[in-house]
Amino acid sequence: MLRIPCPWCGERDEAEFRYRGDASRPRPAAEAEIDEFVDFVYRRDNPRGWHLEWWLHVGGCRRLLKVVRHTVTHEIREVGSAEEPLRLPEEVDCG
Amino acid sequence: MNRPQNPSRPGKGTQRPSSGRYSVWRLLREGLRKQQGWKRAWAKAEPRARYRVVIVGGGGHGLATAFYLAGAHGISDVAVLERGPIGLGNVGRNTTIVRSNYFNPDNVRFYEFSLKLWEGLERQLNFNTMVSQRGTLNLFHTEAQRDLFTRRANQMRLLGVDAEPLSREAVRKLVPMVDLDNGRYPVLGGFLQPRGGTVRHDAVAWGYARAASEAGVDIVEHCEVTGIGIAGSRVTGVQTPRGFIRADTVCLAVAGHSSHLAAMAGLRLPIESHVLQAFVTEGIKPVIDVVLTYGAGHFYVSQSDKGGLVFGGAIDGYNTYGQRGTLPMAEEVAAAAMTLLPGLARLRVLRQWGGVMDMTMDGSPIISQTPIEGLILNGGWCYGGFKAIPAGGFTTAHLIAHGAPHPLAFHLDLARFAEGRTVDERGIGPFPYLH
Repeated sequence: MLRIPCPWCGERDEAEFRYRGDASRPRPAAEAEIDEFVDFVYRRDNPRGWHLEWWLHVGGCRRLLKVVRHTVTHEIREVGSAEEPLRLPEEVDCG
Repeated sequence: MNRPQNPSRPGKGTQRPSSGRYSVWRLLREGLRKQQGWKRAWAKAEPRARYRVVIVGGGGHGLATAFYLAGAHGISDVAVLERGPIGLGNVGRNTTIVRSNYFNPDNVRFYEFSLKLWEGLERQLNFNTMVSQRGTLNLFHTEAQRDLFTRRANQMRLLGVDAEPLSREAVRKLVPMVDLDNGRYPVLGGFLQPRGGTVRHDAVAWGYARAASEAGVDIVEHCEVTGIGIAGSRVTGVQTPRGFIRADTVCLAVAGHSSHLAAMAGLRLPIESHVLQAFVTEGIKPVIDVVLTYGAGHFYVSQSDKGGLVFGGAIDGYNTYGQRGTLPMAEEVAAAAMTLLPGLARLRVLRQWGGVMDMTMDGSPIISQTPIEGLILNGGWCYGGFKAIPAGGFTTAHLIAHGAPHPLAFHLDLARFAEGRTVDERGIGPFPYLH
């Protein structure tokens, strides 16, 4: 069970949120090469460790949040608004 | 496709005593001799410095690929490297269901080929994998759903696969435990594939391992791959704690962790890792003798030969490598079970576990060459890896031996994402957490 601290609503149960996937790459510019779009739409780092991801607070403020979460321990390190340039923690390995 | 009578080249330095042919006479004889005559089913191989083919991952697909490489293509200079012991990964974590009731014609042909291989597998492997074609029954709860299932059944029958629409009364007769009139989603009817069913998953791993080992393949347990050697754009081998193992071809068959291994070769795959849970209850007398699938939620159940109900639901819904499940999905699965089978409400769940899946961007698997020459990928199996083991192994072996995809798996290549040929059975789009 995840508890996600929404910056607007406070800490809430994961049942209030909807997962929206990887948030690590910005959308390419409209005139970008096709391969950049393939990369953006389909390819993922899929890290075993810290992951930058989107969560939509559908059952609360209905805002899109950026979350830094660990994909093995599920620990949530940081939560911010969609515009916030969150960074992944340096430590990569997680056993 | 038959197992060669004389294994062409057993691994050097590896003792390869045959475990002998299994039969009812052998059972009888060993029974009279206090079971002292059984030999180890597959040799515990030490890795050599060089192989023609190295397969990373000793799960169903890796072992099946090795078996068909040796048996169908005469290539037995093969090593299967497994991080732990054989059979503890997803091949031993699934809900053992086999079926070929798809809609996409390419998928129907691929999974039907797999089902046909399952039907002959026990004779081919000389191993009792307990293939039980008890039928898979999908229920529908709305008229729109009935039309969709009818369309799917028609598609399957046009392709020569068995599919039968069932009326409400026929469903009642087949599975009296189902609450057809449940208050939320009354059952209107069903869609049966009589040849679908279950196979004992551990025996699949053991049977393929034994047959591959006897055909000359080295099965190396407790040998984790920590790096992939590349020279220019060609693969040269794999790094392990027991040294570098050179190979002409390296095949990744590590679904759940494909991204992790592919990253060692500098590749990013159209895959996310998600956890799928399964559950088993205490054993009871026979109540459900088909594989039953709920149509108004994600829930499927079958009864094991020991009597336990084996069931599962959907993935937990966010990226994870944790081989466990979380409670919200367990609750959702239990709720679906109670809507459909309220008579089982007092059964206790004995065990719950999770397996990490490669979820692809279109919900279909990947059997493909990669941009690195000599590096082959068998992965992206989403929920469907177990039933695909024979066909996955067969077509991957074909790809390795011939350097070109098998006609039944041409649509599963990696290039399909960039070229706009995704195989999206459910029409969901590039959102793995929804597949």
